[in-house]
Amino acid sequence: MDTTFVLLSIAKIAVVWGGVLTGAAILVLAERRISAWIQNRLGPNRVGPFGLLQSAADVVKLLFKEDIVPTAANRFVHDFAPMISITVALTTFAVIPFGDTIEAFGQNVKLIVADVNIGMLYILALTGIGVYGITLAGWSSNNKYSLLGGLRSSAQLISYELSMGLSIIGVIMISGTLRLDEVVMHQTAPLAHSMQKLPSWLQWLIPVAGWLPSWNVFFQPIGFITFVVASFAETNRLPFDLPEAEPELVGGYHTEYTGMKFGLFFLSEYANMITSSALITTLFLGGWHLPFAESWGLSPFALSLVKIGTFFVKVTILVVFYIIVRWTLPRFRYDQLMRLGWKVMLPLSIANILATGLLLLWWS
Amino acid sequence: MIESYIPIFIMIVGAMGFAVVMGKMNEFVGPKRPSEEKLSTYESGMEPVRSARERFSVKFYMVAMLFIVFDIEVVFLYPWAVSYKLLGTPGFITMFVFIAVLLVGYFYVWRKGALEWD
Repeated sequence: MDTTFVLLSIAKIAVVWGGVLTGAAILVLAERRISAWIQNRLGPNRVGPFGLLQSAADVVKLLFKEDIVPTAANRFVHDFAPMISITVALTTFAVIPFGDTIEAFGQNVKLIVADVNIGMLYILALTGIGVYGITLAGWSSNNKYSLLGGLRSSAQLISYELSMGLSIIGVIMISGTLRLDEVVMHQTAPLAHSMQKLPSWLQWLIPVAGWLPSWNVFFQPIGFITFVVASFAETNRLPFDLPEAEPELVGGYHTEYTGMKFGLFFLSEYANMITSSALITTLFLGGWHLPFAESWGLSPFALSLVKIGTFFVKVTILVVFYIIVRWTLPRFRYDQLMRLGWKVMLPLSIANILATGLLLLWWS
Repeated sequence: MIESYIPIFIMIVGAMGFAVVMGKMNEFVGPKRPSEEKLSTYESGMEPVRSARERFSVKFYMVAMLFIVFDIEVVFLYPWAVSYKLLGTPGFITMFVFIAVLLVGYFYVWRKGALEWD
């Protein structure tokens, strides 16, 4: 273990956290402005130019609020639950590559915080821990609304975690690795390479679609849809925001939270949105890969920046999609939610695995 | 190989530090004016009726048990998926039998009504 490695890791962590936290702050504002636009209102536009400093003002306000812990609550767990949520939200990004490599300090640096060979398992493990934050918050508040919100939430999160885990398996079967940077590398070849094996009556597709990059979304359309739906449920976003359904549960699991402890739940929700958009991008939409970028004749450094920019743009598009979906769709009823999770998503993702297995056998 | 986990370790320690500082900040910089009403459990402005420490629906336990069964299946599928291209047809048949056994259990649970929520 040498010092350069540790310093580089710290630099990369700073970049990731800077990106995620700034992103979350801008996202809160974007969400409020887009919802205002959809509902024909103005939204916050007073603090700073276009209201850009609104989130900063909100954080300062939250920090100077009184910390109210109800007498009936379990004080230690009540303090601990938001800390679990934010720790998980801030550490999940460690294994997601946000660019290819970049020349810095005379080395070729891989743009991924932790280059571990079990990347996918790490993310699933952390998603599992994230359930504790919400469940414990609901239980420790000793409030009926919170308890119901926490229970609903844990049931929802574990139900959709199954389909999430199963829909990734198709991608892993294709790329044969759990490393997310290798999953991205595997998607950089043009689609024409894998289309050579098509039967003769489908050969006409090669000139039509052969120029496309071989992103996993083209091989795993069902896996892509189930994964996107499951990540909506995992991040508690509408149409799956039953844990905090305002009309019936007040605030759900965070009813009894004030000040920055509430802010931590809020922040981790938005950080999770960014992380899951980054995960969708990495697994299904080619990560940092931009077709034909290699042929522009850019210098290696500029090319790395273009790749980081591509990743950023893809994640931004997905995040805006999240926001627009939230303000467009109505909420599920709880029995509909569980039915969708157990009776539609689970069989669909298992069928997807079997179909992928058969196709891969026939392909090779 | 263990060296590649150092960044994760740094990240977790940093995130915990951030969490503790932010979560405890209000206790130090916020005002402290507690009153009995303020510290009572929230119930839309009414006196709280009964406690939250009561029994709740058995369905939540059912979901948790089914989750464990199927999540173990998912865990078994991961190493298989990584080496799928090496295993070839025998690998597919083995896993097909495994999933078929689980699907029998799944349809049994479905027919028994454990997946119904109303």
